[in-house]
Amino acid sequence: MIHFVLLISRQGKVRLTKWYSPYSQKERTKVIRELGGVILNRGPKLCNFVDWRGFKVVYKRYASLYFCMCIDQDDNELEVLEIIHHFVEILDRYFGSVCELDLIFNFHKAYYILDELLLAGELQESSKKTVARLIAAQDSLVETAKEQASSISNIIAQATK
Amino acid sequence: MNPFSSGTCLRDMIRAIRACKTAAEERAVVRKECAAIRASINEDDQDYRHRNLAKLMFIQMLGYPTHFGQMECLKLIASAGFPEKRIGYLGLMLLLDERQEVLMLVTNSLKQDLNHSNQYIVGLALCALGNICSAEMARDLAPEVERLLQFRDPNIRKKAALCSIRIIKKVPALAENFINCAASLLKEKHHGVLITGVQLCADLCKVSSEALEYFRKKCTEGLVRTLRDIVNSPYSPEYDISGITDPYLHIRLLKLLRILGQGDADASDRMTDILAQVATKTESNKNAGNAILYECVETIMSIEDDGGLRVLAINILGKFLSNRDNNIRYVALNMLMRATTLDAQAVQRHRATILDCVKDSDASIRKRALDLLYLLVNDNNVKHLIKELIEYLEVSDQEFKGDLTAKICSLVEKFSSEKIWYIDQMLKVLSEAGNFVKDEVWHALIVVISNASDLHGYTIRALYRAFLTSTEQETLVRVAVWCIGEYGDMLVNNVGMLDIEDPITVTECDAVDAVEVAIKRHTSDLTTKAMALIALLKLSSRFPSYSERIKGIIVQNKGNVVLELQQRSIEFNHILQKHPKFRSALVERMPVLDEATFSGRRAGSLPTAISTSSGAPSNHPNGIAKPATAPIPDFLDLSSDDVPAPSSSGGDFLQDLLGVDLSPTPAPSGADMPPKASTDVLLDLLSIGMPLPVQTGLSASDILSSSQDDKAPFVNFNGLASLSSLSANATSPANAAPMMDLLDGRGPGPQKSEENGQAYPSLVAYESSSLRVMFNFSKQRGSPQTTLIQATFTNLSSNVYNDFLFQAAVPKFLQLHLDPASSNTLPASGDGSITQNLKVTNSQHGKKSLVMRVRIAYKTNNKDVLEERQINNFPQNL
Repeated sequence: MIHFVLLISRQGKVRLTKWYSPYSQKERTKVIRELGGVILNRGPKLCNFVDWRGFKVVYKRYASLYFCMCIDQDDNELEVLEIIHHFVEILDRYFGSVCELDLIFNFHKAYYILDELLLAGELQESSKKTVARLIAAQDSLVETAKEQASSISNIIAQATK
Repeated sequence: MNPFSSGTCLRDMIRAIRACKTAAEERAVVRKECAAIRASINEDDQDYRHRNLAKLMFIQMLGYPTHFGQMECLKLIASAGFPEKRIGYLGLMLLLDERQEVLMLVTNSLKQDLNHSNQYIVGLALCALGNICSAEMARDLAPEVERLLQFRDPNIRKKAALCSIRIIKKVPALAENFINCAASLLKEKHHGVLITGVQLCADLCKVSSEALEYFRKKCTEGLVRTLRDIVNSPYSPEYDISGITDPYLHIRLLKLLRILGQGDADASDRMTDILAQVATKTESNKNAGNAILYECVETIMSIEDDGGLRVLAINILGKFLSNRDNNIRYVALNMLMRATTLDAQAVQRHRATILDCVKDSDASIRKRALDLLYLLVNDNNVKHLIKELIEYLEVSDQEFKGDLTAKICSLVEKFSSEKIWYIDQMLKVLSEAGNFVKDEVWHALIVVISNASDLHGYTIRALYRAFLTSTEQETLVRVAVWCIGEYGDMLVNNVGMLDIEDPITVTECDAVDAVEVAIKRHTSDLTTKAMALIALLKLSSRFPSYSERIKGIIVQNKGNVVLELQQRSIEFNHILQKHPKFRSALVERMPVLDEATFSGRRAGSLPTAISTSSGAPSNHPNGIAKPATAPIPDFLDLSSDDVPAPSSSGGDFLQDLLGVDLSPTPAPSGADMPPKASTDVLLDLLSIGMPLPVQTGLSASDILSSSQDDKAPFVNFNGLASLSSLSANATSPANAAPMMDLLDGRGPGPQKSEENGQAYPSLVAYESSSLRVMFNFSKQRGSPQTTLIQATFTNLSSNVYNDFLFQAAVPKFLQLHLDPASSNTLPASGDGSITQNLKVTNSQHGKKSLVMRVRIAYKTNNKDVLEERQINNFPQNL
């Protein structure tokens, strides 16, 4: 099972965190600091796995961002690498060649996508197309609701003029 | 936008935060934003609720507290619209975790949303439930989730399946409700549902043996078929990853098959064909393919199999190991570690490659490889591998040295067939990475050196050479200093020269220099310096011509800020100055340390009692044997508890140091001393809050005279680290007779008590040429734990004893109450006695018998006398 997902920038800034196991706020900060120190300091040619407190952390760097996932000792590290790549590809498709700024300003969208991909620390969907379709459907629901709301407020505004 | 609202939108806030140059600036911006959000929350502003929450999520990600926004999540979730719910659930998952009480309040909203007509809202609720639900919520909402497993839309079914995993992990008792639904998910065609369904089954098997049996019987065939279909499926762009259709599904199916096949030959048999197919046909040039192969190998290793497949699996791992990709090598090492238990021979074939991996530049790989190599070492390859590892130790990273050293030491000890090889290797390790060597390792080395009497000369010379080149290795210095102290004469005289050695000329001056370097080195810690002091004391006797110089060095430490060293140097100085006569006897070579005792203690196989220290039983009549974990430093610790004021003469220091009564009379202290730890406690107890006895010349001379009769105590002093007093006693025949007496004198006590039942016989608790102590026992009716002891003291000498003081101490499981004595003057020649009542309560009545340490102080002829004794021949069942 995946215990948490972390996105850290090369400067050590947190871009996304998702916790599937209970960690208190204090522990979360500590974990991020600790892992940031370990992962950011690893050289480029080294393997993508780090043993950490009895767990394994699988990380991969994409441009300026490190994607990290913490898994159990007996989980398949190679598969988790593949899941990370899967996530990146979906983000890429959604934002259109994603960059760090997309994830900063639309962090909630990144979370929505992650929630369609992982649930309870397990993989939920192996098809990028399905994830994209589900996100699009929900986004359009939001859009319709917004339009309705603005048209109603227009009507109210006009009526109260 | 509402013209009356202040504040910025999310994008502006993020920009403002990003524009901050310093952490303080960032904090200021966040504080301002939080204040605005709080104000908005207090106004119950509905329009900006979702925007506030979005801001809070960002602020939370930066690590600031956001608990005040938790209720806002609940309000958003409770509102009707999808956008509000969407952000509300996201906030719930980010700002809360399962341990917060607030979470309970959301149960009702979740229940409603799980039954909502909009499937996306159902999806949101399932997602939140799956990510953060607590055990209570799992119990409350399990029926809803169970129902949703049959929902028409597959996207809801897959979410419900993963949600069920969370539920059964939280409440394993609910597992049986999900077994049937989970089995039906396995027949689905939709990949998302299939993946999550397989995962659910795997987790069900983990929590319920009933589920495991069910799936094993009903689903193995189906799963094998599904795997075959997916392996042979034609190209499908939606699920294709580098030429393989849905590797995630492959992996999950293999994982579930592993669980089903483990421990069941029949099920294993049914899956061998497909496993062989996966293992041979999967492309291994891309990560996805390797991930499948890796999973397949693990499954093959775990299921019941005749071995044909295993050969295939180990070959795959061999290929992995020679892969250029570090990731692949890492997982190969991981798997080989598990494979060693199945087929060590096959793994041995890759030994050379694994050894290379130990030297890899990647810490993760190094660690795995070292762990694996550790398992592979056996009698045949140990010499070669240790040589390689020690060579690597010289060039390895600092942070890896600790691990590496521990492993090498452990291997060298485990496979030390020849002592000379062991000593050689350990010396190499000590001089390369002495600072990483653990205490018990160098203690063990000293024990081995002490036992290898034919190698003493060789060892001391090798150590001396190593010491000259690497003085910065703490443990090397310690071992070297100890050996120079013990075998300094062999160093100078080139005793026991082996053919393989280069001749070396060391003068007495050089040897003293070496120890002086050790004591003056400012990086030396207390232990090293203390050991160096003792070594100096010993050298002063070995090299009498350097005695003055040594005294000079010792005196320099008289003003040391560390009390321990200060005290020791003053005492040693006394010995050098005032007692040259018995100095040589005092610092004789240590008796051979007993290996069996030492290893027994290390293994912890002997029972430890009372105190938590690693003490183990020690048959030491004098009661100074200490736990072997720190032989030499402990000697110092021990004596520091009892050593009287430095103004007293050397004799009483000795007496205290030895912690014994030196009179060679038979005393009821036998071979069955209680565990040593208890005596430590007693000793400590005695030394607390007691006026230090100040003694004068006579008692010292008494001691000296007695010491001439019986050299044993001095031998024991020599055996300061003494692991076994028995060996110490064996070296001094003079002590043999008293030893026998000790054993004899003890016999009758317990026997009588058995015969007499509840009436306990009196006990001669202590008898010396000058004093006899009798104990009479009685029990109070109704309190078997409490024993009343009447102690009667009789003077056997012809002098009156004044200021008579009796003290006793007991280990923690006993409680002791001392009544005042009848008098403090004891008439001479048995012409009267003192009585004193003691009350002892044994909290471990029936399990442990009484034990007590007594100390008797009195004045006779204006001399202070102090006698100490451990009493442990109390009748049983007291």
